[in-house]
Amino acid sequence: MISIEPVAAPGAPLARRNPVAKVAAALVFSFTLLATLDPVAPAIAIALELAVLPLFGIRYRVLARRAWPLLLSAAGILVTLVLFAADRSGRVLLDAGPVFVSTGVLLTALGLVLRVFAVALPGVIVFATTDPTDLADALIQNAKAPARFAIGALAAFRLVPLLGQEWQMISMARRARGVDAGRNPVAKLRLFASTAFALLVGAIRRGTRLAVAMDARGFDAGTPRTVARRQRFTRADGLLVAGAAALAAGALTTSILLGSFRPLIG
Amino acid sequence: MGGVLLRGFGWRHAGRRAWALRGVDLRVEVGERVLLLGPSGAGKSTLLSALAGLLPEDSGEQEGTVEIDGLDPRKGRERVGIVFQDPETQLVMARCGDDVAFGLENRGVPADEIWPRVDEALHRVGFPYSRDRNTAALSGGEQQRLALAGALALRPGLLLLDEPTANLDPAGADLIRQAVAGALDADTTLILVEHRVAEALPLVDRVVVLDPGGGVRADGTPEAVFAAHGPALAAEGVWVPGHPIAPRRATAAPGELLLTADRLGLPPRLASTDLAVRAGEALAVRGPNGAGKSTLALLLGGLLRPGTGRVTASAELAGADHRTPPHRWRAPALTRRIGSVFQDPEHQFVTSTVFDELALGPRRTGQPEAAVRETVAGLLERLRLDRLAAANPYTLSGGEARRLSVATALATAPRLLICDEPTFGQDRRTWRELVDLFAELRDAGHGVVAVTHDADFVAALADRTVTLHRAVTGDGAR
Amino acid sequence: MKSTTDTHRWRTIDIVVASVIAVAFGVIFWAWGLVWSATEGAFAFFPPAQALLYGVWLMPAVIGGLVIRKPGAALYCETVAAVLSALLGSQWAGTVIPQGIVQGIGAELAFAAFRYRSFRLPTAVVAGALTGLSAALFDFFIWNVDYALADYRIPYALITIVSATVIAGAGGWLLTKALANTGVLDRFPVGRDRALI
Ligand SMILES: Nc1ncnc2c1ncn2[C@@H]1O[C@H](COP(=O)(O)OP(=O)(O)OP(=O)(O)O)[C@@H](O)[C@H]1O
Ligand SMILES: Nc1ncnc2c1ncn2[C@@H]1O[C@H](COP(=O)(O)OP(=O)(O)OP(=O)(O)O)[C@@H](O)[C@H]1O
Ligand SMILES: [Mg+2]
Ligand SMILES: [Mg+2]
Repeated sequence: MISIEPVAAPGAPLARRNPVAKVAAALVFSFTLLATLDPVAPAIAIALELAVLPLFGIRYRVLARRAWPLLLSAAGILVTLVLFAADRSGRVLLDAGPVFVSTGVLLTALGLVLRVFAVALPGVIVFATTDPTDLADALIQNAKAPARFAIGALAAFRLVPLLGQEWQMISMARRARGVDAGRNPVAKLRLFASTAFALLVGAIRRGTRLAVAMDARGFDAGTPRTVARRQRFTRADGLLVAGAAALAAGALTTSILLGSFRPLIG
Repeated sequence: MGGVLLRGFGWRHAGRRAWALRGVDLRVEVGERVLLLGPSGAGKSTLLSALAGLLPEDSGEQEGTVEIDGLDPRKGRERVGIVFQDPETQLVMARCGDDVAFGLENRGVPADEIWPRVDEALHRVGFPYSRDRNTAALSGGEQQRLALAGALALRPGLLLLDEPTANLDPAGADLIRQAVAGALDADTTLILVEHRVAEALPLVDRVVVLDPGGGVRADGTPEAVFAAHGPALAAEGVWVPGHPIAPRRATAAPGELLLTADRLGLPPRLASTDLAVRAGEALAVRGPNGAGKSTLALLLGGLLRPGTGRVTASAELAGADHRTPPHRWRAPALTRRIGSVFQDPEHQFVTSTVFDELALGPRRTGQPEAAVRETVAGLLERLRLDRLAAANPYTLSGGEARRLSVATALATAPRLLICDEPTFGQDRRTWRELVDLFAELRDAGHGVVAVTHDADFVAALADRTVTLHRAVTGDGAR
Repeated sequence: MKSTTDTHRWRTIDIVVASVIAVAFGVIFWAWGLVWSATEGAFAFFPPAQALLYGVWLMPAVIGGLVIRKPGAALYCETVAAVLSALLGSQWAGTVIPQGIVQGIGAELAFAAFRYRSFRLPTAVVAGALTGLSAALFDFFIWNVDYALADYRIPYALITIVSATVIAGAGGWLLTKALANTGVLDRFPVGRDRALI
């Protein structure tokens, strides 16, 4: 079942921070790390990320559940590098046609895999602790995002769990009316595609009705909106962003001092 | 505030040749409570949308004028609160409290007034949960109450309610009516659409009957209208109090066993249930909202896999297939044997015209095209959908959509018919036709299972009743 | 031919339907991300070929632009879809947001180049190609730096663009037509084009 509800323990010190601050911190942290291709800086970053995890109120098991697809990406990187590494230096360990493994290749692979993890985890952490409603509120109040768009997107987000149920209803309706695929894989694919299309059509239909319901409650009446849920951007929130930047810079600096730094450009 | 004035008003939905509404002259004074009646498809929902300013120019064609307190309703929206026929589509936010607050924020109500008004509105409708509850975890009746709270919080001068108690169990419907009665101030105008007149009468002091041919058919106090036009209105499809419909009792004793449920359940939606259906028998399933009736219907219909226990079909129903449970049958075989009508008719539609919708089942079961056309034509006429054959199922009125969904299940003439709330939103005439149709099926040896809150329907048709109790008490958390 | 609504102001229905398209695709992305990772093995014989599936990521940009026909629609749809897939816990998490913005800008530029007046197949194809180009550039410089240039990076970029042109561009156009034919888009200009035919 897909769900967009946060998984953090409520009240964890960093999970409670302003959503805009959390997203900004994650982006700053991730993008600083993108600048390097070496394994050291991302390794430090991952250690930092895992260290702050309890402050976000996420348990390690929950993180592992959210982040497991990253392992697939890591496997993909390894396969691709073994076949297509640009840098083929180092001691050759295996050379069988297109498959080429050397210490240099393995080092590059390690760097890239760690980089993917280091860059992705902040986002996983932040979004696992952020409620969409709070995010939309904060975007409007603290990031000056246009209210109509943020609220419109939020209303659509509410449909996400409903779309899962809808998929089930559509499949049942088809079966009730005598439509099924049996064991034929082509028919299965076709049924899958037509169910997905029906889902899209149903979602848009819901959207048009939702828009009417929103207008009925004065959504687009031109009156200036007030906000029921105040989101504040406090000094602590500023510190969170600054802290993320400082930590990422620290990881890079360490890597430079150790002489392992490999810039993305150049 | 909240006076309504319509002069020669008409509306034609884009893509339709017929006017949904035409030549309506109506004046409603501030503080009046009006019950709006008319056969299914007469344009009641369309009229409410017009009053709420929700018929955008780009979605049809207008005739005449409509004014709320002298203003175009598209501009005077802040005076109007509306609750639609389908509550699910009108919830906007993820948390219940936020949803009620949504309208207040839009109207620019000062922040410190919002939460007291939210709490007051939730209290007025008897909403049982906290503000933080997820809107996706509400039953239909609770959604309806929340939608009502969202409308009341705005303190509208004109309150428009479109069948607010359809799909509610009798206790829930009572609660909603009490909430409405308690929420009305002396200067709040109410326009209520409700097919079941008797229950709605205590809320209103005036009745307006729309004529499907155009204009207003009758207008006045309930006593005056029903005294002057009672029998004629009843014949046209209005549920005039005091005109009971003769029940259709079974003409023969029940025959062979068709389907048995043994300790059938699907936690947490449905607790273990035993049940048997015979040929030539109409079985009613009743119970409060959230008891698991719809889940039971889907399980019996072979559409859901049972969580516990099993469903067994007899050789009479399934022939050689009777050793496999219905949820493992191939779909064409299933539709020939068991027809299902879903609670929400729109969940059932898979094509884009009324005609194709009816033809789908017979075509899938391999009937020749000529026979398909004949079946479809017969059903269209019988359920008065013939002029809508080319329409998109999703543009039908509530009652029309319900009839179409029943007709789709009838099209393959299944031996066993399982219907979830087959009569909600029906006017008296189509209601009677549905009862006759089910009675004929039963008397021809088919089995009928009807999940329903409609006590009249049970009294008119059912040979036997099974009552479910709420499986999960309290929060019913998912 | 008048193919946009009179103003460039977004109606509520524009905002909500654009968001819903994005959300529906966000859910598809989420599922697609799993397929993407799973196909990594299948495409091992020539990993750049995996980019063949890339166009699916880019569909909301083109469809959003074709349906809403207002400035910003393509960018908005692709961005909201990216935010949603981040919220759902996509393996690329936060980085999909800037990536989505970059991709959305590609399609947006194409619609802007036609001054939000043409929404025919050629426009859609150009929009698909441009969003593919922006996606390819992003990957080329951010993710694929360590791979061999001639054997991997360039073929990957080219295949991305082709995939975007075909799947997001032409495919998006066909899907929009199909949606219009169901009648759900009747309150949008695409839906009314249908009524005229
Ligand atoms: N969006 C739409 N597009 C096209 N036609 C529509 C649309 N909505 C309603 N109609 C048609 O307009 C007519 C009046 O519909 P309306 O929903 O107002 O009826 P109603 O009186 O509320 O009926 P019911 O009691 O069944 O709910 C019907 O024939 C219906 O098919
Ligand atoms: N797809 C689903 N997933 C999880 N829970 C569900 C699902 N559908 C229904 N439920 C829950 O299961 C319980 C039984 O639902 P069901 O729809 O069968 O009740 P019902 O008796 O038909 O109610 P009503 O009279 O309101 O139609 C309810 O608490 C409901 O919230
Ligand atoms: Mg109606
Ligand atoms: Mg039910």
